[in-house]
Amino acid sequence: MSLALQATDVVHRYRGAVALDGVSLDVPAGTMVALVGESGSGKTTLLRSFNRLVEPDSGTLRVGGDDVRHTNPIALRRRVGYVPQHGGMLPHWTILRNVALVPRLTGNADPEAAAADALARMGLEPDHFGRRLPRELSGGQRQRAAIARALAARQEAVLLDEPFSALDAISRGEIHEAFARVRREIGFTALLVTHDLAEAAQLADRVAVMRAGRVEQAGTIADIRRTPASEYVRMLFARADAAAAALESA
Amino acid sequence: MVRALLVLSLTFTIASETRAQAPPEPVVVASKPFGESYFLAELFAQVLESHGIAVDRRPGLGATQIAFGALRTNAIDVYPEYTGTGLLVILRDSLTTEMRIDPRATFAHVLRESARRFGVRWLPPLGFQNGYAIAVRRETATQFGLRTLSDLARSGDALVAGLTSDFLGRPDGLPGLARAYGLQLRDVRPLAPAVKYAAIAEGAVDVIDGYTTDGLLARYDLVTLEDDRHFFPPYEAAAVVSPRVATQRPDVVAALSLLSGRLDERRMREYNRRIEVDGEPIPAVAAAALHDLGLAQPDVATAGEADVLRRSRVGNTGRPAGDGLLAFLWSRRAETLRLALRHLHLVGVALLAAALVAIPLGVGLERTRQSAEWIVGALGMLQTIPSIALLAFMIPLFGVGVTPALVALWLYALYPIARNTYTGVRDADPEAVEACEAMGATGWQRLGWVRLPLAAPVILAGLRTAAVISVGAATLAAFIGAGGLGDPIVTGLALADSRLVLSGAIPAALLAIVVDRVLVFVERVVTPAHLRAAGLRG
Repeated sequence: MSLALQATDVVHRYRGAVALDGVSLDVPAGTMVALVGESGSGKTTLLRSFNRLVEPDSGTLRVGGDDVRHTNPIALRRRVGYVPQHGGMLPHWTILRNVALVPRLTGNADPEAAAADALARMGLEPDHFGRRLPRELSGGQRQRAAIARALAARQEAVLLDEPFSALDAISRGEIHEAFARVRREIGFTALLVTHDLAEAAQLADRVAVMRAGRVEQAGTIADIRRTPASEYVRMLFARADAAAAALESA
Repeated sequence: MVRALLVLSLTFTIASETRAQAPPEPVVVASKPFGESYFLAELFAQVLESHGIAVDRRPGLGATQIAFGALRTNAIDVYPEYTGTGLLVILRDSLTTEMRIDPRATFAHVLRESARRFGVRWLPPLGFQNGYAIAVRRETATQFGLRTLSDLARSGDALVAGLTSDFLGRPDGLPGLARAYGLQLRDVRPLAPAVKYAAIAEGAVDVIDGYTTDGLLARYDLVTLEDDRHFFPPYEAAAVVSPRVATQRPDVVAALSLLSGRLDERRMREYNRRIEVDGEPIPAVAAAALHDLGLAQPDVATAGEADVLRRSRVGNTGRPAGDGLLAFLWSRRAETLRLALRHLHLVGVALLAAALVAIPLGVGLERTRQSAEWIVGALGMLQTIPSIALLAFMIPLFGVGVTPALVALWLYALYPIARNTYTGVRDADPEAVEACEAMGATGWQRLGWVRLPLAAPVILAGLRTAAVISVGAATLAAFIGAGGLGDPIVTGLALADSRLVLSGAIPAALLAIVVDRVLVFVERVVTPAHLRAAGLRG
């Protein structure tokens, strides 16, 4: 089972500035969408509106068809996984206890078993890493644990806020593979914020390009590349291609 | 069953009979913190006890405002006061020409006005005056030809005065004296009563303020200058009783009145000398005085003396020659331990009560950050009130003794604990707190799982600051009769007995260090795992 995510005409102002300017987005159940765009384009604000960490001024957000405004935020957040940029592990808890947090909140009879299972799926040996504190893990291992935490209670949708951006290329490649494998195995809906088009192409089914609080264009990478809707979108792809070409010809 | 009822009814009978025959509340006898006041209070206490009246001793209360404030509100029942002080410091009335010449006019005014304004009653004077004595070394007197205060005014610009803070501030102290005589001194240094005699003897200052009945004037061979312009009002000593005793305890008034007119200046100087110079215990000198006056009832006096010595908190301040400080401290070890436990008790209760209020307050403030700075700021203002002033404010509200001291210490402890709790909880790893929220933890769970554990070392540091401040401030609690290690400090200062001062000050300092170390240990225990493992502290 997985939950569809849907935003319609969402507007949010923060300290007088418009962060979301009537944005609409569809993430069909079981698919993965990547939100790309420059800093300040509203990607993270839109992501955080889905679990009510941000309360928009107007518009509608739906998770599995239910309007989030009419859903208890505590219950909502236990159903929707969340992976912050730097993992957000509780520094004084062991990895196992951290990952068992949501199963424990949802009343799982054996939260640590659920946590151990999630850790193993993300490629972290539970007996080895479970006892450690977050600061005793590498950055990549910590992010694997953070993803395990977002999945340990069998969440049906997961929100990822640039969880891979601070990692080195090798760790990032490994964690990409682990994530893609888990998604194939479990089949949850995912919304990923990233500024890396290559990462979006590798992981997501579809991409939504955001600019100034709106979705400029949404679709598959191939469609967008073929028919960019604006000069901005064309530029974005051109830059990414140039970077890839430079690497190849080096 | 029947037997149970019988026992029950018997208990009731005994209880009601006890209530019916319950002795009246003990009479609270207090003094101000200087030798003569201690002595007179002890004399009052022993006279009352010789008449079978139960007494509770509270020697060494702050100063005039604290002692009189306590009397006016029935927190204490009797203490020795001086008519001139009553006129100028308590009533804030001015001295008429008639009062300058006739002490009886001063007494009549003070008696009438104190009764009218405060309901307290001055009993007839004890028979001696203890006015201010402006004194110089004998060689200074010879060198400058000083006999009167007018002589002093002529040579003032060559002399340095060391004056008690009391004298510097009172209208009948230096300000008035300087005006009356046109006196201008080369320099004026504030000196604690305990050190002024040593200071003048060593030549650090040339002029000091003393009392005419001071035993130490003779010991250091000082010359008292005559008040040739009658600037100082009469300072007749008398017992002043609370409104409650004045209206409800004729037996107390009658017993105390036996002392009226019985003590002359020669006798008083002699008793003061025995206490301040020879170091005789105050209760023993008071018992001897009662004997001299023919007021001691032989059977009570002999049985009572040991008892009095044991109970009096002033105790033995004897100073046998050649006895070292360490030996003195060792000889007081049992008393010091008792005082230290009392001290810890005061600090512990105040801290616990403060933590119970300040930690929830700090946590609550984190949720209302706009008002937080204001409230923390207001608590910080409390911190700037000098401890002795705060203690004095407590007396009209809570009387004297342990309660006002606890309230004052509690108020002091609130700020460091609340401030550290607030900042600790506010600054607790924001990413972890937010992640916890995003996982669907409730506000209480975030508090209990993340904010409080991460803030624990900061909160503990606040508690530590509060504890060390409290151990220090609690020494001042002795001024309002709460006991603790401040007791020997206050008494020692009053009697110019530096060993007695140290017997309170050294254990108080050690106690502060011990409390600090213990809390450092507790801090380590509550430090979250990741910080301990990182070796960030210790």
